[in-house]
Order: sequence, then structure tokens, then C-alpha cells
Amino acid sequence: MIAPTPHQRQNAATDQLATSARPVVEMTGISVEFPGVKALNSVDFRLFPGEVHALMGENGAGKSTLIKALTGVNQISAGTIVVDGKQTLFGGPADARERGISTVYQEVNLCGNLTVAENIMLGNEPRRFGGLDWKAMRAQARVHLERMGLDIDPASSLDSHSLAVQQLVAISRAMVVDAKVLILDEPTSSLDADEVEQLFRVMRRLREEGVGILFVSHFLDQIYAISDRITVLRNGQLVQERMTADLPQRELVSLMIAGTSDAEVGVATERRGKAMRTEDSAPLLQAVGLGRKGAVEPFDLDLYPGEVIGLAGLLGSGRTELARLLYGADKSDSGQLRAAGSDLKLRTPRQALAQKIAYTSEDRKGEGVVGELTVAENIILGLQAARGWMRPLPKTKAKQIVEAYMKALGVRPANPDALLKNLSGGNQQKVLLARWLATAPKLLLLDEPTRGIDIGAKTEIMNLVSELADQGMAVVFISAELEEVLRLSDRIAVMRDHKKVAEIPTTRDVDVPQLIEVIANGGESK
Amino acid sequence: MTRIYKHRLFWPVVALAALLLACTLKRPDILGISVLDGHLFGAPIDILRNSAPLLLVSLGMTLVIATRGIDLSVGATVAIAGAVALTFIAGSHDPGSLGTALGAVVVALGLCLVLGGFNGFLVSGLGIQPIIATLILMTAGRGVAMLITGGQITTVNSAPFAALASGFLLGLPVAALIAYGVFIVIALLVRRTALGMLLEAVGINPDASRLAGVKSKTLVFTVYTLCGALAGLAGLIFASNTMAADANNAGLFIELDAILAVVIGGTSLAGGKFNLGGTLVGVLIITTLNLTVTVLGISPLVTPMFKAIVVIAVTLMMSPRLRGMLAGLRERRRYQEVNA
Repeated sequence: MIAPTPHQRQNAATDQLATSARPVVEMTGISVEFPGVKALNSVDFRLFPGEVHALMGENGAGKSTLIKALTGVNQISAGTIVVDGKQTLFGGPADARERGISTVYQEVNLCGNLTVAENIMLGNEPRRFGGLDWKAMRAQARVHLERMGLDIDPASSLDSHSLAVQQLVAISRAMVVDAKVLILDEPTSSLDADEVEQLFRVMRRLREEGVGILFVSHFLDQIYAISDRITVLRNGQLVQERMTADLPQRELVSLMIAGTSDAEVGVATERRGKAMRTEDSAPLLQAVGLGRKGAVEPFDLDLYPGEVIGLAGLLGSGRTELARLLYGADKSDSGQLRAAGSDLKLRTPRQALAQKIAYTSEDRKGEGVVGELTVAENIILGLQAARGWMRPLPKTKAKQIVEAYMKALGVRPANPDALLKNLSGGNQQKVLLARWLATAPKLLLLDEPTRGIDIGAKTEIMNLVSELADQGMAVVFISAELEEVLRLSDRIAVMRDHKKVAEIPTTRDVDVPQLIEVIANGGESK
Repeated sequence: MTRIYKHRLFWPVVALAALLLACTLKRPDILGISVLDGHLFGAPIDILRNSAPLLLVSLGMTLVIATRGIDLSVGATVAIAGAVALTFIAGSHDPGSLGTALGAVVVALGLCLVLGGFNGFLVSGLGIQPIIATLILMTAGRGVAMLITGGQITTVNSAPFAALASGFLLGLPVAALIAYGVFIVIALLVRRTALGMLLEAVGINPDASRLAGVKSKTLVFTVYTLCGALAGLAGLIFASNTMAADANNAGLFIELDAILAVVIGGTSLAGGKFNLGGTLVGVLIITTLNLTVTVLGISPLVTPMFKAIVVIAVTLMMSPRLRGMLAGLRERRRYQEVNA
């Protein structure tokens, strides 16, 4: 039971909390297993009526799994779920809805070509004489919309509204069945600030009506703006359940990240021109007037061992295209590559690999992960491809390599036989890094290696990149987050409109606004 | 116990056992093996021998499907192989000699390698969708076979060639020895080398495989070529069985039987993970069905229906969605009990 301590924040919902003793949802000892992965291990979770309860954790901590257990999508292998005082077992999502648990997912899954009213009432349409009662449908839809504070025409097509309004329509739809529990899985990820505020107004209203809301968001500010209580998961286990008002942000982040103290959170190595290049050091690879029509205009770039080159620029500025030319993933139609003074022709990734060049694509799912293969197979794939199919990697050697890299990169779960598709995004990224590191590259091209992964994994990967450079590897690092690029790079090449417009050393006095200036002005301001 | 139940080959093996059981109920001695003239005889030996051509074709098909492809031309290739071999024998001055028979085999297999390579080139070199690329040879191939035989059903007499299908070696049918020998060699080849893993990688995610340095074009080309050669070998066994080259009917619809065997064996048509053992079980089910139909005395009028029902039952039991629904029903029952 919660301690009925008074909170500083005067909030109708928290007052109500202290009085309503019985949670509307109480999950005890919940475990969920997938082949090779224990996604949840004996987790407790409870949700009180009239509260917003934030579920926090890194990618792969088990948030979605817990939600899917509560909505009947995932079958639990152990534990009990009590809804409204009654023990429940869900055979599927329909059972959960029947018990008053409604879910709105991150991507709006409504029918854009139907009207707002049809979307809201789908599955609960009022009927008359065996047909649909359109008038009643619109009237009922309007009532549900008003509850959300939405004044839009129920007969308008859903497509004609903004994403935020569509999100609210999705919530209206969820509330049609008089849900006692509303689950919002990252509803704010594609909304702007005003739209988020609109969503929060609705959430507060529903909270006052006594609905228990489970809220997932990656934005800490939003968590503190709306939630009353926080449950933190880590590695499929419950870390703590706390009142939001009593949990400072820093402490929350350190609860989410394992093995880090308060001070270490989110601090990656700062290189900033650390690599000391002497006058006589020779470049590993030189691009001279290298270009490809429609992708990158001819550019020069020298890559030195032990140096991290950052590529900065807006999305679509030619960052990825440049890296792909250096890897031979796309063929260049002008200029050339030089290695050790002689020309180098790269027509396929295979030839680049033979030159000890490795490239991780920004499209992790589409061009990196081989989901149905195991973690171990994914790690040795590059190495094996280089050897050809006739010379299989000896089993013991493969095992050694896999174990060494999984340990060095901290891949979780530490099970080489798990299918890669069952791992979280951050861990998939680590496995892909392992695949390339196993080929012992001299030049590593990293295209957005930190996109879509959590702070902890991000920090680990950035530290690793810096270490590799210290050991003499040449690295090209691409990221949309300028702060990351600035922090990790020794030199930054700025891309704009498919053109390399500037090259700046990352000395102490360069900062993000300056970098933005260069990107915006195409290097002229320098 | 639950583990066996969940194994993906559980239901196919059950289906195979059920078919054999149905036969024994009707004729208790059906599964007996007797020795006659030093050769083994009996229904199980017949199944092994009759399954030989389909097993060869299905082997190639499994590998092609693993790369996200399909080969519709195997039936036509079977016809061409038979036509070439028998026309070669008929045209030689010494049809009965071992040398002629060997020559026929080499020429026919060589041509089928080329045909498979043609498919492989269309798919991997030109990037044509496999179903379209192999449709070309599927429709044109029988025409080619007709040209070779001159529109006649060529019949020849050649004892060495006839031995391919009807001969015995160490008491076992030569056809079965060839097919199962090839099966073991290929099964070892794909799993002892890295070939299997690389094929699966290409089938699961071609783009990622290319960027990982996998020679996907070469692999895909190789697999189609191999598939052509295996279909050719099957065609030789067919031709040897009848000693007549029938361009229109040899290997008719064998591509569909092969695809079915692959699917029953648990390899997804979407490509990726493949299972040669499963394909073997699929082939045995399809071959045993023919025996069951005969033993049970099912009228030829309803034979296609009977086969369809068996196949539907097996594929339904293997469908993850149906299994999920059944599991859901069980959960629901538990749920209702708990809430009652």
C-alpha cells in the first residue's frame, strides 16, 4: 500500500489516490518469456484509479512487454493479474478490452479514409433495422469528442485532421467502451509542444473522471509534467515504484541505467581533436574529387588512422551518400579513392571489406539486422562472408569471437543463440558493431549508430568508438545530433545540399550554435 | 512431451505415420520387407524408390526457396533431361552399351546445368522476379523437349540406362540410392560449410547480406544451377523408369509437388530459414499418399479430393495462426474457469 504522505504538489488526483485504497490493476510476479529471452522476470505493477502512472525504462527494459501482458497480446508464463479486484487471465486483446482496458499505440492505427465518427464508433456502431444508424452514430461520436474537448465535425474524414487530433480521436475511440484503464504507449512521439499540451489536458480530465492512465514516453519533461507515479523497469525486472514528486530527474535516470552512479549518467567521452596527427603521418584513405551524380558532388576527404571524422549536416544533405561511396555500396562516377598512394577501385562492399573498410548502415532494420538468424550468426556473418562459404569459420573460433564481442559490447541478453529480432534496438546495434569489429577493420564508417537507442547504449557505443580510434582505427561518425558529433570527432566535415561545404577541426571554441551556423550558411561565415 | 508437440515437424511426421497406419489397418502385412533374389522388396522399398525424383527436385527447390526465390521450370527440365538422354541413346550406333548410357547421362545433366544457370542468370544477373524468370523456361521448356524428340514419344532399349530406375545395388534400388545419397551429400554440404547460413542470410535480408559482403548474386546463381541439375537427375530417373521420352507428361506438375513438400517441411515461401529434413518428410508424405490411395482402394474419381484433404489438414496444423488460435482458446477456457 502507498504511504499516505501529503505531497507538495496540490493535485486532485493525488488526493484521490490516498483515499482509494484498491488499485484498478494489480500485476504480481509477472514473467514473460520468448524463445531464448526472458523479457520480464517477476515484475510487480499496480495502477490506481485517477492517476497517471508513467512506465519508465530503457529500450529493452520490458515496458512494451509489460503493456502487452496487460492487454492480453503476450501470454504470461508466471504471475497474476488482478483487474478491479478479480483475478484475470487474458486469452487475447479482446478479453482485456472486455475488462475495461483500452490501449492507444504509438502509431495511430485508425482508418484515415473513414470519417471521424466511423473511426470512433467502429465495432460499437448503433444499429437500426439491421443497418447502421448513421445519425445516432454521429451524435454519439460527438459526445465522445466533447469529452476530449474536441470540437470537430464527426462527419469529416479523419485524414483531414492533424496527427494530434487523430491521436485524440484514437483516445476517444478507446474511451467508447467506458475504459477504466487507458494505456498510452508513446502517444507524444510525433506531436509538437502545443499538441502535447492538448493531449495532456485530455489526460487530466480523464484522470479527474477516475480513469487510471498508464503512460509511456521517452521525454522526461513530459513525465514530470503529467505523471503522479513512476515505475522503473530495467532488464526485464522491477527497479522501483515511486511517487513522481519524490523522485528527482537525475535519480530517475540513474535508476533506469544499470551500473552507473548518479554522476556518470549520459556522459560520453569527449575527444574534441584529441587525435594528435604529426606532419609526416600518412592518410589511410583519400577521396579525391569523389562523387556520384544526384547523390554527392565531388569532394576531397583525407582519413587518417586514429582519427574520428564527424559528418554533420541536415537529413538528406548527403552524409549517408558520402559514406556509401567510401564503402563501395554505391558506385562513384567521378574522382577516385587512394590508399597508400595508389588508386583503389571499390565497386562492391566486398571489395571494401577486403580493404578492411566496414560500414554500418543508418537503416539498421533494412540493411543490417538479419532478424531470423541468431546473435552469434549475425556476428560472424561479415567474417564468414569474407572467407567464402567453402571455408566455414571453425566452431571453437567462432564461439570465441562471439563470446569476446558480446562481452566487450555488453550485449543483453548474453545469449548467443537468441534470434536477433528478439533483441532491443540498442542491443541489435551492438551486435551489428560486433559483426564489423570482428572483421578487424582499419576504417569504420558509422552511419547514425546511436539513432533510436537509449542513453546508456549510446554512451557505451560512443566510448567504444573513441577507444577504437585511440587504438589506431580511422572512424567516420555520422549523427543527426550535433552535440554527439562535436563531442566525439577530431574533425568535422559539414554537408549541405549534397555537397561538402566545410571542414573544421573541433577545437575548444567550436560549439553547437557555431556548427549550426556553418550548416545554415554553407561554410561562408567561417 | 510439450516440446515434441511444439516441434515444427511434429504434425508432418504424425501425418506420415497416420498414412502408413491406415495402410497397415487395411493390409497388415503391407509394411513387411522380403528378400527376393538378393533384393529387398516391399512397400517401404517402393516408397523409397518412388520418392527419388520428387526428393531430388524438392532438394533444389528448398535451397531456391531459402533465397526468397522459386523455380517453376523444374517440371520442364525433367522433360528435357529425359528427351535429351533417350534421343542420345536412340541416335547412337550402340544403344545397349554402358558408354552410351553414361554419355546420355552426362549430356543431359550438362544441358540441365546450363538451363539452371539460365534461370540463375535471369534472377541474379538481370534481377527478374524468380516466378517470372522461371515461368519462361516452364512454358518454353516442354517445347524444347518436343523439338528434341521431334514430337514423338521416343522409346529405346538400353539395359545400363534402365538400371537407373529399376536396378538394384547392395539389395537396394539404384534410384533410391542416388536420391538419398545426393540428399545426404547436400545436407552435409549446406550445414558443414557456411553455405546454409549464407543462403538463409540472403533470404532473410538481401540488402543487409550484400552490405555484409555476402556474394549474394553468386550464391543465388549457384542455387538455381544446382536446382536445374537436380531436376535433370530426376528427369533421368523418370525416363529410365519408362524408357520413353514423353515431352508432354514427364514431370508434369512436379514443381507443385516439390513446392508442397518444401512447405510441409516447414520452410517458409518467404525465404530464409530452411529445413532439408522437413522437405524429406514432405516428400515421403506425398509419395506415401499414392500408396495409401491404392491400398485403401480409393476410387480414382475422389483421389485428388483425398490428397487435398490430407494436405490441407497438415498445413492447417502447421499454421502458426491456427496454433495461436487454439492456444488462445485454451487460455480463454482457463480465463473463464478463473473468473467463474
